[in-house]
Amino acid sequence: MTNPDAPERVMSEEPTSAPGLAQTPAPAARAAARAPTAPIAKTGRSMTLGGLNAYYGATHAIKDVSLHYPANEVTAMIGPSGCGKSTVLRCLNRMHEEIPGARAEGRVALDDLEIYGDGVDVTSVRRAIGMVFQKPNPFPTMSIFDNVAAGLKLAGIKGAHTKEVVERSLRGAGLWDEVKDRLSQPGMGLSGGQQQRLCIARTIAVAPEVILMDEPCSALDPIATLKIEELILELKRDFTIIIVTHNMQQAARVSDTTAFFYLGELIEHAPTEMLFSTPEHARTEEYVTGKFS
Amino acid sequence: MSATTLQGISVRRRATDRVARGVTLALTLLALVPLFLVLYYLLKEGLGAFSVHFFTTDPTGRFLGDPGGIRSAIVGTAIIVALATAIAVPLGIGVALYLVEYGRRSFFANTVRYFVDVMTGVPSVMFGLFIYIVLVVAHIGGTFAAWKGSVALALLMLPVVARSSEVVLNLVPNALRESALALGAPRWRVIFRVVLPTALPGLMTGSMLAIARAAGETAPLLFTVAFVNGISTDVGQQMNSLPLQIFNDVGQAQDRLVQRAWGAALTLVLMILFVTLIARLVQRRSGLQP
Repeated sequence: MTNPDAPERVMSEEPTSAPGLAQTPAPAARAAARAPTAPIAKTGRSMTLGGLNAYYGATHAIKDVSLHYPANEVTAMIGPSGCGKSTVLRCLNRMHEEIPGARAEGRVALDDLEIYGDGVDVTSVRRAIGMVFQKPNPFPTMSIFDNVAAGLKLAGIKGAHTKEVVERSLRGAGLWDEVKDRLSQPGMGLSGGQQQRLCIARTIAVAPEVILMDEPCSALDPIATLKIEELILELKRDFTIIIVTHNMQQAARVSDTTAFFYLGELIEHAPTEMLFSTPEHARTEEYVTGKFS
Repeated sequence: MSATTLQGISVRRRATDRVARGVTLALTLLALVPLFLVLYYLLKEGLGAFSVHFFTTDPTGRFLGDPGGIRSAIVGTAIIVALATAIAVPLGIGVALYLVEYGRRSFFANTVRYFVDVMTGVPSVMFGLFIYIVLVVAHIGGTFAAWKGSVALALLMLPVVARSSEVVLNLVPNALRESALALGAPRWRVIFRVVLPTALPGLMTGSMLAIARAAGETAPLLFTVAFVNGISTDVGQQMNSLPLQIFNDVGQAQDRLVQRAWGAALTLVLMILFVTLIARLVQRRSGLQP
């Protein structure tokens, strides 16, 4: 899917230096970051892992992973259960450290901004790098509208034109036409697939540059899955997408490059077609041909 | 022949089943006997005391003539318990929030949990004595005062509120916290915008059960508020209350005063029943089920 607007957007982004990550002890900078910023379609940014190690207590879950996620592309991370692909994903927006006893070492960068740098405000990291979870999880006490607006409110973004942002985000998530007449109804009343697209709308309302997806379709039926996959291909015009999936067909359908993980190590990262047709490593070949799972 | 035959239940098993059912049913009924007797006497003696006069006049304290009703006791109990709730509920929910959101499994949090449990088991008379020594004997803001009774009741309610709130907050799915954090929310905003609204019905239920428990306590008030007849809305003064009205009347030599005690007891039970019913309704509307 090509987009004629994309190059223009890249150019218009060029002169205004890309926003950095807020530092914790600089309230003025944070206030500036909160200034009225209506999320306009913008371009994604690349991410880079350098020698990433992650632990759960004494368990060494991720072993020295280095990987580059190109901007405005879909990168899929595949591998058998427990291979560490979700852990890598959670290290990318520092959600990993929310688990008691979990820690990560090494370099994680958004373009050239160090995510784990000293004094980096973790909330600014997560605003720049959004996340969609495995199970659709709209906030149960909120309406459809408030669920999308919640992203703005929770992130402390004030002055934005909430109504516009909600509509644009719902349109962006391909949900607007289905819910525009019942925005005040509870988000929990939607079907599973709609709930997941609501969560995607909630994520893009904050205007991130990267969207992480942790098996976003594993709780959905095939038709809802198809809709999300189509959505992913549209979203990559504006965002960098990194998706964890246990479904190899899905990886083949949506991703530009695919990374194969095994036992906490990155085995192979290649253009998706190449990884599935002519994998370099024996392990990869065994996995993609279904010899083990 | 390998065909399976389906056998009927043996006579012996039928008999065992019947005996087991009979014994458990009999024990259940036996346990219900005191409950029904209490309710029976409460209604029999208490309803006789009810009248408009009973609810709209204060006790006169006279030995002869009209003994008066229990208006001041109802008002006093409402004020004392309301103030105790205003102290105990925010504190208790605060403790629970700390334990669930910040302390988690740390040594300090576990120590707090342990002492909260110990506090739940402290007899209510201890809280009364404690406040008596610390606030009444020490003459802090006078001697006996309604607010001191409220503090004693709040101490009694605090562990109940903290423990029940902790259970409810733990029921809030972690996925909700994570998705809010992943949107770039600071933790305090996650708590105020996602965790507390989701847990609200359960928090209310726990608080109401604590209120219901505190409303009937006599001992914490005995040493802190003291008993007066007249109506008062000044929490710095002595105040009447239902438990103390009952305590006072039941020992009197006059039948009509004893009957007033029954009436006051029935009133108290009905008030507690009302609060408990609301708690149940709120619980039913909550999405979080243990």
